[in-house]
Parts: sequence; C-alpha cells; structure tokens
Amino acid sequence: MMFTGILSNNKRLVSVIGVLGMTALVVVNLLEMSGMRFFTIDLHNMLWFDTFGLLFNTIAFVCTLVYFLLSGRDIERVGTHVAEYYALTFFVLCGVSLASSFNSLLMLFLAIEIISIPLYVLTGSDKRNLKSNEASLKYLLMGSFSTGLMLMGITFIYGAKGSFDMDVIRMGSGELTPMLGAGILLLLFSIAFKVSAAPFHFWTPDVYDGAPTVFTSFMATVVKAASFIAFIRLFDHSFGDLHKEWQLMVAIITAATLFIGNITAVFQQSVKRMLAYSSIAQAGFMLFALVAMNQTAKEGLIFYTAAYSLATIGIFAILIKMKDYTFEGFNGLAKYHPVLAATNAIFLFSLAGIPATAGFWAKYYMLASAVQQGHLLWLVIVGLVCAAISVYYYFRVIQAMYFKEGDPQPIDASPAFKGLLIGIAGIVVLLGIWPEWLIDKLYFFF
Amino acid sequence: MIPVLLIVIPLVSGLIAFLLKQERAVKAWALLSAIATLVVSLLGLTVMKQESWLQFNKPWLPYLGSNFHVGMDGMAQVLCLLTAVTLPIIFIATWNNSYKKAHNFFALMLLSQAGLMGVFVALDALLFYFFWELALIPVYFLCSQWGNERRIAATFKFFIYTFLGSLFMLIGIIYIYQLTPGKSFDIQAFYSADIPGPAQEWLFWLMFAAFAIKMPIFPLHTWQPDAYEQSPTAATMVLSAVMVKMGVFGVLRWLTPVLPFASYVHGDTVGTLCVTGIIYASLVALQQDDLKRLVAYSSIAHIGLMALAIFVPSNMGMHGVMIQMFNHGINILGLWIVVELIERQMGTRKMSELGGLAQKAPALAILLVVVALANVALPLTNAFIGEFMMFAGIFTSAASQYHYAFAGAAMVAVILSAVYTFNMIQKVFYGNTSTLTAGARDIRINEKLVLSAIVIMIIAIGVYPAPLLEMTQGAVDAIFSKMITKQS
Repeated sequence: MMFTGILSNNKRLVSVIGVLGMTALVVVNLLEMSGMRFFTIDLHNMLWFDTFGLLFNTIAFVCTLVYFLLSGRDIERVGTHVAEYYALTFFVLCGVSLASSFNSLLMLFLAIEIISIPLYVLTGSDKRNLKSNEASLKYLLMGSFSTGLMLMGITFIYGAKGSFDMDVIRMGSGELTPMLGAGILLLLFSIAFKVSAAPFHFWTPDVYDGAPTVFTSFMATVVKAASFIAFIRLFDHSFGDLHKEWQLMVAIITAATLFIGNITAVFQQSVKRMLAYSSIAQAGFMLFALVAMNQTAKEGLIFYTAAYSLATIGIFAILIKMKDYTFEGFNGLAKYHPVLAATNAIFLFSLAGIPATAGFWAKYYMLASAVQQGHLLWLVIVGLVCAAISVYYYFRVIQAMYFKEGDPQPIDASPAFKGLLIGIAGIVVLLGIWPEWLIDKLYFFF
Repeated sequence: MIPVLLIVIPLVSGLIAFLLKQERAVKAWALLSAIATLVVSLLGLTVMKQESWLQFNKPWLPYLGSNFHVGMDGMAQVLCLLTAVTLPIIFIATWNNSYKKAHNFFALMLLSQAGLMGVFVALDALLFYFFWELALIPVYFLCSQWGNERRIAATFKFFIYTFLGSLFMLIGIIYIYQLTPGKSFDIQAFYSADIPGPAQEWLFWLMFAAFAIKMPIFPLHTWQPDAYEQSPTAATMVLSAVMVKMGVFGVLRWLTPVLPFASYVHGDTVGTLCVTGIIYASLVALQQDDLKRLVAYSSIAHIGLMALAIFVPSNMGMHGVMIQMFNHGINILGLWIVVELIERQMGTRKMSELGGLAQKAPALAILLVVVALANVALPLTNAFIGEFMMFAGIFTSAASQYHYAFAGAAMVAVILSAVYTFNMIQKVFYGNTSTLTAGARDIRINEKLVLSAIVIMIIAIGVYPAPLLEMTQGAVDAIFSKMITKQS
C-alpha cells in the first residue's frame, strides 16, 4: 500500500487498490474462520486465533471496507498523501487483528501501539488546520502517558507472575497480592484511556473534533471496538478468576462514563462533538460486558461492536457531506435528501436502541448480562436512565431533519453512495430482527 | 393465522403507502387496507373461531427462548376489533382533510396500527416489548410532523416519558425471564415463574411505571394533555382511542397475573393514585376552555377508573374493564371527531368563542349529544354497562379494605364528568351564535356516516351487551384466577 503512492499519482487508483486489499482481507479472514488455512506459523503461543477474535476481525474488516466505499472520496480530499492515509489505515488494522488475538501481554502492548501510532499521524493529517495539529499533539501526549501506565502495569504483573503469557498469569492461586493488584489497576486505567472511559475520557472530544471527520469516523468505530475486544480478552483470559476483586471498580467506571458521556452530549451544539460524547456514552454501555463478564456479555459485545460501528460509520459518512456540523445544519434535510435523512434516522434509532434495529439487541444483551449478575441492578438502572437521556440528543438530529424547515445544502451524493447507505441501513434493520444470525457465527460457521 | 394477518396487512400496506405519491390514491389505499383488517378481525370473531386459526407459534430467537408466538383470547379480540374499527372511522371522518406529504402520513398511520395489533396479540414477552416500542415510533413522527405549533416539544416529552417507562419494563422482563423455568419469554413461562416476594415488589413498580405512563395514571399523566392538544387529530384519535388501552391491556396481561403477590400488596397504593387522578383530572377538566384539553382530562379520569377496577379486583369489575376498554375507545373517537369538525369549520377550539351551533348544525348536535351521554355513562349507552360493572365490582371487592372509600370517591367523579360534559354541550351548541359560528353549516355525508355508526354502536352495546360480555368471559376468568383477591 505504501508503495502505490510512489508508483502512481492517481488518487482513484489508490482508492481502488485500498478497496481491493480490504476485500482480500475479508475473504482470507472468512476462509480462516471456516477452517481453510493457507499456512501456519508457530507463534510460540504469543497469539491465539479463536472464533471470538476472528469473528471480530471479520466485523472490523467489513466495517472498514464499508467505510472505504462510503468515504473513499472524502479520504482523497483530506490532503495530497492519499496513499499514506490508506497505508496507515491498514497498519491500524494490523494492530486490530493483534488486539483480537493476543495471548501474551507483550503482544497486547504491541497491538495497542500499532493501533495508536498511525492514529496520531492520521489525526494530524490536515496539516494546515490548527485544530487538527492541536488534536494530534494532545492525543500523542495523552496516549504516550497511558502507554507508560500500561507498560508499568505489565511489569508489575510480570514481577508477580514471572511471565507475559496469559495462560501462566491465569494459573496460580486466585489471591490478589499487592503487586498483582497494582498491575491490574494500571492496566485497567491505561485501557480505560484507550476506550475513552471516564475519568480518562478528556482527550476524546477534542481529538475527535479536531481530526479530519473521515478519520474521526474510523477512530470512533473500528479502533474503539478493537480496544474493547482487547480489554475483554485481557481481563477474561488473565484475570477472570479475580473477577470479584475488580468488578466494582469497573462498575464505577462504567457508571461514571455513562453519566458524563450522556449528560455532556446533551449540551453540544455541533453534531460532530455530540457524536464524540455519544461515543463515550456508547463505550459506557460496552463496559457492561466487562462488568458482567459472562457468556451473554461476550456475545453481546461482539454484537455491540458490529451494531455500533455500522451505525456510526453511516452517520459520519453523511456528516462528512454536510458543510455545517451544527444541529441547524441538518434542518430540512428530509425534504431535499429523503434517502440520506431516512438512513440517518435508522442509524440514529440504532444508536438510541430502538427495537427493530441492531442497536436494540446490542443494548439488550448488555443489560441482560448485567441483570444475570443479580447484584448489579443499580448499574442497570443507571444504564436505563442514560439510555433515555441519549434519546434526547439523537432525536434532536431527527427533529432537525424532519420537523424543521431549513435551506438545502449542496450535497453531492452519488447513487452508489445512496445505494450503499440503504444497504447498511438494511443490514442494521435485519440484525435488529434476527440478531442471532450474527451471534450464531460465534459457534457455527458454515 | 388471524393474528398474523392482523399485523401483516397494515404493515405491508403501510410500507407500500410510502411509495404512492398521489394523495387520493394513498387515501383510498389506506382505507382499503383498514377495511381489509377490519374484515379479518371480524372473521376471527365469527367464522374462524377455532383455536387453530387464532394461534400462531414459530421460533424466532431460539437461543434466547423467544418465539414469534401470537394468539388471541377474548381480551385480545376485543382490543383488536377496537383497533380495526378505529382506523377506518378515522380515515373516513378525516377524508376531506388534506395533508402535506400525504403518503407518509397514511403510511405511518398504518404502521402504527400494525404495532398496536402486535401488542395486543403477542404472547411472548420479548415480542410484546418489540411491538410496544414499534407502535410508538410512527406516532412520534405523526405528531411531530403534522401537529400544531408546540408539537415538537410536546411530542418529545411524550416520547421520552414512554421510552423511559418501557426501558423499566424491559429490565423487569429480563429479570423475570431469568427466573422462568427453562428460560423462556413465553407467557406461560412467565405465569409459572417463581418470583420471590421482595423481588416481586420492586419488579412490580418497574413494570407498573411503563403501563402507568401509557395509561396514564396520576402523577405520570403530564405528557398527555399536551400531546393530545398538539397532535393532528387523526393521531390523537389513535393515541386516545387505542394507544392508552395498551397500558390497561399490559397491566391485565403482563402485570397482575405475573406478579400477583405484589399487585395484591400494592393494590391499595395504586388504587389511591387512581382515585386521586380521577378526581384531579375531573376537576381540571371543569376549568378547561379548550375542547381538546377537556376531552384529554376526561380521558384521564375514565382510564383511572379502569385501573382502579383492576387493582381493587373482582370478577365483575374486571369484566367491566374489558368491555369499557372497547366502549371508551368508541366514545372518545366520537368526541374527537366532533372536536375536529368544529375546529376545522370555526378555526377555534375555545368553548368561550363558540355557541349556538345547534341551530346551524342540527345533525351534528344530535349525534354529539348521544356521544356525550355515553361519556357520562347514562343508562342505555354502552359506557353505562361498563362503568356500572366496574363500580359494582369495586364496591364488592374482597381484596381491599378500602373498597367502599374507593368506590365512593370515584362516584364523585361521575357527577363531575356530567357537569363538565353538559357544560361543554351547552357552551358549544346552545346559547347565542358568535361571530365565528354564524356561518357554520351542517356536517358532510361521510362525517354523518361515521358518527351515526358510532352512535349505533353506542346504543347497540348499551342495550344488548351480551356478545361482548360472552366474548371476554374466558379471559376475565383466566386472569382473575391468577390473582390474589381475598384478604387473608
């Protein structure tokens, strides 16, 4: 990918190669899931590809493919180095697949770094824009800080257990020594930073707002989902036996994230910033999976990532086409661009968790997993209240689109773009009616 | 098959209606679909009464233990019939109205009908929740797009209120699901779930919140007058004639039989809320000048009485609720049609600006008087049967020691309802004509038709309620047998 930039100056060609590469990745991954492998490498138990990770990879790759198809034009518009943007995205995906399959803390560290470093660059890719530069620097500084925390945590755990291997870490007594506890805490904080959970969320709105909107879309979806997969994988495989010890901690983080994300989102005037806070709020819901940590939770998290990523990519794709990012900018959209408005409404329904969209089942699984725990009802109630609050700001967009008069904005939406949007909206609705189609894939593939 | 058809016909025709561009075509199409639904629901009542026609069960989400299980007992049949009757009446009564983007309007009306039907026939908790929410979305759009000035804020309040309520219900459903034998969402599994006492009590309030908001019960009623006032009348009709029944229905099917212990323990608390609501709403209705708000408050009072009869239970009272659900739907439909006619002609809903309409529109006046008499439950009208049974039931209920007090207090509301209803008739139809009403003319043929149909139903049920009573007997007994109704 990197070299296509040297070979050709044609932006279209780069995009086409990007899409082809992505398609190839999806295909290879699907084949892998069905048991057809091209070659096997002895990984010394550093990585472990199970169906959970592979299914997530498929979701991430498909989402990225959709993202390329929807927003390819806009990636080209960001700057002159189109090939680099695509290449960096592929690097991130490399990190994503590591994050979904690591079996050693070293690999976890590697995955998080491979994901983060290209993102620092992408955030700052709009070189002439001061906000973009600021966001990039902020992200880099805060990111390095959390990386430091993570390294320290890994060191502590190595000290306590004598290995990076998660199977080894898991073994031994279920006792919580101070050193192990400190390690877990530091890891928890650093990953909480990556998924923008409160109180480590302060970078999110600024970075999401400052970054070029196309890349915000990618960061808020695939990348965030991958961090979650890494999160649950780490805590399930390594510290599953100590679940009781850290559960309350995570529950408090979850409640704080939900509250801060939702309540701050209410006061935003810009849809882009609202989506940044909404991504914090959605992260709060995904954290339910970590708190509950049972089978329902894991199935639900996979489903949540798919539902959330598809809907958010769709909304961002429409948002990019708008000139005006405020709520007023959406006024009267339904009148001039009914297709865009209708699909956008479906995506927003999905984020708000209205039945017959994928988002409903995502929230259902999360809430059900917490209810199964029995003693977490207070958290469930917090989640409910926040879900109701989230309706408020998602529906503001719908109100603007449908019920308010406004001037039409010039939006260049090609028929292919509209067709694709309708396709995604169709998937969102189908998943909303037969959610088990996707969850089945965890257990039976082909 | 019947319940499936009742959902599918409006759903599919609603989706098709989105694509029709011509206003006349879409009106005809919507009416046709509504009549088809009515025919199907009548078939279910008469010809195809066998169980095999009324039940349908296919796996939906096997891992979760949820099936697409729909079926109709007497209660579902009454409410489906009400829903099926309502839509054609609305379409005919508002035939002369023209809407911007008519295809969207009628499509959403049909979709809301599909959702409502789904709520009434669902026998699976998850499916029930699904339709419960789906019925709300089209109404939200209807009210926000075609309503009056303050529509966006009013509908939004309504939406958030009910959405929060339904989320509470969802938690309740998930929790009960955990306790069912064999983890299933089926209604029978819910009925046989072994729920410990303390859990029942908080589950009761979670579920009750959802239903109480929908009905609405004091003090959760504040969304209602605003929403009714601001919605386009056709949507208000759906809301008040059918949608509030979702709350009553939900209590009868999913609350009291599933959580009998808590319903018994908190029956008096809820009863007190209901009585407070009834009297409060009646008093507020007395003060209203706006016709729509008057009908809205009167509706709160009537629904409050139904809830009272459920929570101070007795076989006869519950039976009264069943048929009163139907009757109230019909009566309030009649009132809304009149309000709509007046508003369209005079351009105002203020009673103080109207007067003397009886001279100008005698047919309208006669028809309204009958509907109004039914609203105050005079003998020979349908509401008399229902309210009489409810009062008798509350009075003789063995479940509460305050039943005399409840019945007595609710009686006061009947008197108040007579006061405000007749006051309205007097102000609108008699007295001197105002400048606005001077040029009024009598109603059109289609309006006369639907109003006469309503009046005929009112009197027919009032004189001969036996078919309705027979139809619901089985459902009443089934629900009643699951409740705790004796003081021990």
